[in-house]
Amino acid sequence: MLQSILSGDLPRSRVLSVALIAILIALALGPFLFPGTRAFATLGMICVFIIVVAAYDLMLGYTHIVSFAHTMFFGIGAYGVALGIGHFGSGFGAIFIGILGALLLSAALALLLGLLSLRVKAIFFALVTLAVAFAFLSVVTQMYHITGGEDGLRVRVPRELGPAFRPLDSVTGFDLFGFLGVLFTQPWNLVDGFRDAFFTVRFTGRTLMYYALFLFAGVIFLFLLRLVNSPFGRVLQAIRENEFRAQALGYRTVFYRTAVVILSALLTTFAGALFALFNRYVNPENTLNFELMIFILLMCVLGGMGTLYGAIIGAVVFVVAQNYLQDVLGALSEAVNVGGFVGSLIEPSHWLLWFGLLFVASVYFFPSGIVGQLRIWARRREMRQTVAEHQTESSAKERLT
Amino acid sequence: MSEPILTLTGVHADIDQYHILHGIELQVPRGELTVLLGRNGAGKSTTLRTIMGLTKVPRGSVTFNGKDITSWSTSRIARAGIAFVPENMGIFGQLTVRENLVLAGTHGPLDQARLDWLFDLFPPLKKFWDRPAGNLSGGQKQMLAIARAMVEPRDLLLVDEPTKGLAPAIIDDLATAFEELKAREVSILLVEQNFSFSRRLGQTVAVMNDGQVVHSGTMAELAQDSALQQDLLGLGLGAHQ
Repeated sequence: MLQSILSGDLPRSRVLSVALIAILIALALGPFLFPGTRAFATLGMICVFIIVVAAYDLMLGYTHIVSFAHTMFFGIGAYGVALGIGHFGSGFGAIFIGILGALLLSAALALLLGLLSLRVKAIFFALVTLAVAFAFLSVVTQMYHITGGEDGLRVRVPRELGPAFRPLDSVTGFDLFGFLGVLFTQPWNLVDGFRDAFFTVRFTGRTLMYYALFLFAGVIFLFLLRLVNSPFGRVLQAIRENEFRAQALGYRTVFYRTAVVILSALLTTFAGALFALFNRYVNPENTLNFELMIFILLMCVLGGMGTLYGAIIGAVVFVVAQNYLQDVLGALSEAVNVGGFVGSLIEPSHWLLWFGLLFVASVYFFPSGIVGQLRIWARRREMRQTVAEHQTESSAKERLT
Repeated sequence: MSEPILTLTGVHADIDQYHILHGIELQVPRGELTVLLGRNGAGKSTTLRTIMGLTKVPRGSVTFNGKDITSWSTSRIARAGIAFVPENMGIFGQLTVRENLVLAGTHGPLDQARLDWLFDLFPPLKKFWDRPAGNLSGGQKQMLAIARAMVEPRDLLLVDEPTKGLAPAIIDDLATAFEELKAREVSILLVEQNFSFSRRLGQTVAVMNDGQVVHSGTMAELAQDSALQQDLLGLGLGAHQ
């Protein structure tokens, strides 16, 4: 059953399996385990980035096409929904029209980029995509009367997806981290801590939107897992290793490369649309910025290129670090309470420095990405066990003879 | 000699600024194993790459099964029935042996009887079925490369120096496999430097020098004529054994 759902592509590492199960539970029960709007926003962004990074990995990890135009497609999706709602009112029909328009525009642009990738290869293609993305950003910023320029657009979602809609009156949640905090810092107050950990969840239309996002992220991830483990995915991997060889086997690599660019763009556009509905506000900063493109690239590399599971791990590690590293440094700063240079280093305002160091360390210790490295370690452990079993068998036979 | 399956007429080819092929005239008879011999740099590998459409042909024509394929794309040539085993084998190292073979089957699921035949020819492929192809030894990779070219019936098999860098025992296994292919009347164009291997397998032979075919005929004639070998290949037969 699990083999079938995951298309035979299992995590192949015990640590990774445990991490993925923990992430699945955390995302599925997130609104009931982590109180507060920041935690809620973090959960939503993780789901958005799982789609975006997995779609990007299809190009980068599975086909070795380096593109910097991914945020452009993300922005097209986000602005598509915002403009659709802006023009046709805050109904589901407007959302549908917005998404459809965005998908058509993305497909057309991706087709052009895909065909361009045949003539311009590797770093030159990457530079062309970068130029296209900047041009698009410039157009969106300049066309103030349509896009709202730098100010962006507010997305008036349908009532059913907004905070005013209350399908359930009161649902009880359990503050997991609050309870764990008490468990480790004040174990003598465990009973009170347990009682205090319960909180009332405001189950609104926004919660429904989160679960729609979670569902789409799951379905798209499983679809991509099926795709990369299908004959189509094998051809992509063949192109990644040696494009001429794939051609010599009879494959029209032109078609496959273009198809991947289009598919990846469409999924990213859809993720952008979901982001707009979840965030309810789009501007060039949060959809088209080059910094966002770098973040997507980092998540992909951090998680492990060409693994898909890397998209989940990369998105979780990155988004959580981005949102909570400041808090961790603040707590550390208070606990250590040293002045001078060391004290200034662990000030919460220096979180970006630690963020960078964290990334350098992860690349150093996980050169194949977190998922790739975990799989390598698991394989080595298996091989060691096999050799040990073989040696035990041999020595037992020797003793018998 | 039977009717040719492949004919090269006055084929020229350039790689960057270098003019490599100078009007190749070559015929590969249907159902026979033709060996393309020649010194290093004679243009043998370029000839195979040119047939596969990997090198452009500014002048001349390549005809396969009566069709002019000179300007066809590589993938179209492959789909027309020519399989190519390049010198570096072109194995997809990160894919498993199974995936490498499945990838080569462009007409749906693989035929089990044919797969069994390939397993008989190359037993290590069955043993390492689900292992990454990159972990195979050089000889096993060569076996996989040839098996991949034969996993579906092809009209013509182009093989570039299959014995290069292999141990004598593995070369012997490969020779046995080629003999089996010959027995099935598969048309093969084999580029080879190892003359003893070529003599054992070849039915017809073409010798290249400086981008041209300077001799063509039967392998039996060449094998018996030491003076001709000396003249064409620079060394007597004994020196290659």
